[in-house]
Amino acid sequence: MRHRRRRLGLAFGLVLALSAGCNRENRNLDATGPETLPGLVAVSTLKPGPARGPQPPDPRGAEYEGNAQHIANGQRYYQWFNCSGCHFNGGGGIGPALMDSKWRYGGSMDQIVASIVQGRPNGMPAFGDKIPEQQIWEIAAYVRSLSGEADKLAAPSRAEAMRSTPPINNANPQPQTGDSAAATAGPNG
Amino acid sequence: MSLDAGAPPIALDPERHAALARVWATPRGLWGFLTTVDAKEIGKRYIVTGLVFFVLGGLLAAAMRTQLARPESGLIDPDRYNQIFSMHGTTMMFLFAVPIMEAMAVYLTPLMVGARTMAFPRLNAFSYWIYLAGGVMLYAAFVLNIAPEAGWTAYAPLSGPQFSAGKRSDIWAQLITFTEVAGLAAAVSIAATILKMRAPGMTLARVPLFAWSMLITSFMVIVAMPAVMLASSFLISDRLIGTHFYNAAEGGSPLLYQHLFWFFGHPEVYIIFLPGLGMVSEITATFCRRSVFGYPVMVLALLTTGFLAFGLWVHHMFATGLPRLGDSFYTAASMTIALPAGVQIFCWIATMWDGRPRFGTPMLYVVGFIVTFVLGGLSGVMLASVPLDTQVHDTYFVVAHFHYVLIGGAVFPLLGAIHYWFPKITGRLPSELAGRWAFALIFSGFNLAFFPMHLVGLWGMPRRVYTYSAEMGWGGMNLLSTAGAYVLAAGVAVYLLNLIVAARRGPAAGPNPWGGGGLEWATSSPPPVYNFGMTPVVEGREPLWLGEELPVLDGLDERTREVLLTSVSQAKPTSREGSPDPSIWPFVTTLATSVLFVGSIFDEWWVVWGSLPVTACVIAWFWPKPSHSRQVKRRDSGIPGAIA
Amino acid sequence: MIRPALRMASLSVAALALCGCRGVQTMLDPAGDQARQIDVIWRLMLWVCGAMYLLVLVFLAWALWRARRPPLAAPATGPTPAEPGLERGLAGWAGLIVAGLIVLVTASFLIDRSLAELRPHPLRLKVTAHQWWWQVEYEGARPDQLLTTANQVVLPVGRSAVVELRADDVIHSFWIPNLAGKVDLIPGRTNYVALTPRRTGVFRGQCAEFCGLQHAKMAFDVQVVDPAAFDAWRGRQLAAAAPPVEAQAALGKQTFESKGCVMCHRIQGSEASATVGPDLTHLMSRRHIAAGARPNTRGDLAAWIADPQGTKPGTPMPRVALSSEELNAVVAYLETLK
Repeated sequence: MRHRRRRLGLAFGLVLALSAGCNRENRNLDATGPETLPGLVAVSTLKPGPARGPQPPDPRGAEYEGNAQHIANGQRYYQWFNCSGCHFNGGGGIGPALMDSKWRYGGSMDQIVASIVQGRPNGMPAFGDKIPEQQIWEIAAYVRSLSGEADKLAAPSRAEAMRSTPPINNANPQPQTGDSAAATAGPNG
Repeated sequence: MSLDAGAPPIALDPERHAALARVWATPRGLWGFLTTVDAKEIGKRYIVTGLVFFVLGGLLAAAMRTQLARPESGLIDPDRYNQIFSMHGTTMMFLFAVPIMEAMAVYLTPLMVGARTMAFPRLNAFSYWIYLAGGVMLYAAFVLNIAPEAGWTAYAPLSGPQFSAGKRSDIWAQLITFTEVAGLAAAVSIAATILKMRAPGMTLARVPLFAWSMLITSFMVIVAMPAVMLASSFLISDRLIGTHFYNAAEGGSPLLYQHLFWFFGHPEVYIIFLPGLGMVSEITATFCRRSVFGYPVMVLALLTTGFLAFGLWVHHMFATGLPRLGDSFYTAASMTIALPAGVQIFCWIATMWDGRPRFGTPMLYVVGFIVTFVLGGLSGVMLASVPLDTQVHDTYFVVAHFHYVLIGGAVFPLLGAIHYWFPKITGRLPSELAGRWAFALIFSGFNLAFFPMHLVGLWGMPRRVYTYSAEMGWGGMNLLSTAGAYVLAAGVAVYLLNLIVAARRGPAAGPNPWGGGGLEWATSSPPPVYNFGMTPVVEGREPLWLGEELPVLDGLDERTREVLLTSVSQAKPTSREGSPDPSIWPFVTTLATSVLFVGSIFDEWWVVWGSLPVTACVIAWFWPKPSHSRQVKRRDSGIPGAIA
Repeated sequence: MIRPALRMASLSVAALALCGCRGVQTMLDPAGDQARQIDVIWRLMLWVCGAMYLLVLVFLAWALWRARRPPLAAPATGPTPAEPGLERGLAGWAGLIVAGLIVLVTASFLIDRSLAELRPHPLRLKVTAHQWWWQVEYEGARPDQLLTTANQVVLPVGRSAVVELRADDVIHSFWIPNLAGKVDLIPGRTNYVALTPRRTGVFRGQCAEFCGLQHAKMAFDVQVVDPAAFDAWRGRQLAAAAPPVEAQAALGKQTFESKGCVMCHRIQGSEASATVGPDLTHLMSRRHIAAGARPNTRGDLAAWIADPQGTKPGTPMPRVALSSEELNAVVAYLETLK
């Protein structure tokens, strides 16, 4: 009886320890981060002038990227704010594909957020004024999940909509091929 | 009541008792704890674990009531509240109500039918372990902030991949798998015991009403559980690998979920309710010193309820826009099930009317049951009507209804039954004074908590809301409900304390403290590990009330574990069968199965790789041995190396 | 805390005694044909079930009364002298139950049929439920006369309305207890509910199927008005919002169109034309905002915009970064949207 109690206590302690850090399942209903967007973010590996050290990544990237609720919200805003209008369900069309492993302006969280905020040549609007920051981070988290780069456990399998691709949480980064590569080639090649 | 401290009607002399006890004993220490197949050990554990979950579910309810006591209360945020009410429902329905009824049956059935143990003892042990694993998983999830959040019903698409982010609904769905496997395993064991292991002479017409109710319940479990397994498996599949069972845009249907769930869900509540009816019959007969009036009618009523329960499920879906003519069929069926219940109520009251009721604590719970359950049943008749249901569905009126029928119809009988059989299980008497106080607090607290909910439901308060507006005028009734909930909690605390204290320091109980007539009272309190030294022969419905000495049959082997099998209808002895020795395989299989189930929450490949250890365990568990009769023959012919 | 609670408790018990049946969201105060018919079956049920309950209690009380008889020497196992009488009683009781159930089933069926009757030339509405607000559309004679509003249903008294019910995301339930029973809104499925209000007044509807974090705060205002008032309301609602004259409101319009508001909301007569969130063109004609979560006053509006999560944690409406000057301007602009 006594060793049973001790064993239960150990199990309970283990559980408490595990509960310390599970970012995936947090539901932050009132996320109000700093009101500043990430600072200068490198969009390419080419750097003019003397070499400067890399910018430390914004810590919010890690927080949003692996969080299931943020990815789910991002999935919703992706449709609501008409990202699908150009990028479709990630396969691209008018805009480049988001499901593949090719990122013209970088594929880290900071870089995706910067692309959405600042807009990009050849038709990507600048949403910085319009979409509040938290939602941009959530959209970026969802975009990363499209290419299989996010935590698979945090990504949803599908939306409650028609689906033409394999489940998001089983996505693998697809290499770009053929026509779509030519169509989306920009000034940087 | 008589403290009948005399010798039990069936007792062995000390030498035979010691030898037989050695054969049937559970090994000592941790190994014994993990390997036992003794139905009484497993039953006790099952009951205690079920009561622990009852308390946990009750604490969750107390949290909910505290939040709802005032309008616009900021005590609990909506996310946590949604988890709490989902945990409350899931705990009470899957981890308390069904398992504890099966637990009572696991302990009592062999005693009531005159057998030494349950059929399929290792399956029985497995049932407990897998149930415990599921409960531990759910509460670990609660601590880790991944408790289910979509209600105990978890409707798609709210519980689907898009609207329930993370692993919360997967945890819920796998809990279903755990508890449904446990339920099925116990149901098979109980049904086989009642059908094949009854004492000679216990024809179907002499089977105790509790055993009848458990037999029917077991068959209901076997038919109903697969539906919820499908519902939850399709949900996991949608969430994990992107299938479209519930995705309307791709040809699936959210209504499919509801049909599958409620095809299980409605029989589920009768699975919870029917054992309670059996308990009421047993307690009433003993405390009124009269066998229950109308035994054939009672059995028919139980059977009818069991069958009809499968034809009602659409009454949970009257608001979904199904064709109205079809809905009307379910109105008629749902009202029809009031008939067997009403008839049974008459029979119990007739037993009290014609008998000489003594109002010990268990009988108080029977009276409480009648007063409470009938009110709940009548509000159920109201809900059966489609137009009326469209007004009160998903309001607090429904919450009041189902608590009246579940607490009144199942928990009150259960509390009475635990008090009633407590002396048999522990050999000690609980305090009658504390028992009455507990009843008074529980009964009054329950009614104070739940009656006002009928009113706020009629006044428009929907259910599953974490708060409500002050201007709606619901605050007063909600405050009363919260006060009642606290009184109810106090009553439950007194009740449990009474049992805990009595288990250690209560006065010793004889074999038959209440003067009951069933076979369970023919052996000592607590029973010896082998239940009955000699097999009783049954000549009436209450064998101990026939006035003569109880006839017994001797001759079961006393050097191995042997049980007597009898025919299904007339209970004529047919064969002697071996009963398994303690085995570690149920526990190890549980570990392997838990790894499979929990792993498949996270990655579908666990279904494949996880099934390999499970297969290995099951092969080890069922590894063939020579048949029991051959082993006995070998031993008796002195063949070396045969069993000792 | 205790004394006001006790006062509230005793007042509620008194209210219960006086049958606190009046209310804007209660089925006990029917204001429409459908609710009245349901009220009929409710009263029938109450009487029949109440009578049966009373019978059970009387029989139980009688049995408890007889418990004072002297105890028996041995328990009774065989048939007792009272059994034939009890058997007749059982048969009678079973017959009574069957008769009662037949009455109730028949009544329920007949009322259900009458609820399903179609009435000619109903007013047609379309309600689409979202997490956690109601999109309400009224069809008109011409396609350009489609009226879109949110969290608000206005109906002419005496005229039947048929509401087409759809859901955008999860299952919700449309329920105006004073007028009719509830019907679920299920994604992928179109349901219908008929409403025939018979009394003018103000009522409240609420979502009645658990739909997520803010299920508790997904209500809508219902107003039943004279036909003339209804036509006037409709005319006003179809008109676009006039550009604001006053400077602060003009600044507010500019802010609205340049900040995040324009990504989700629509105000006819301005640049904002998104349909993701509620249509705000005639926001000031509504009694509540945020699906019934707050009354529609200046302070509440400012509080809602400044911190939506404070009012409805989990709502998809984000906190848009606005300075206090911008916030006042936006509120001033919204107040011109009558």
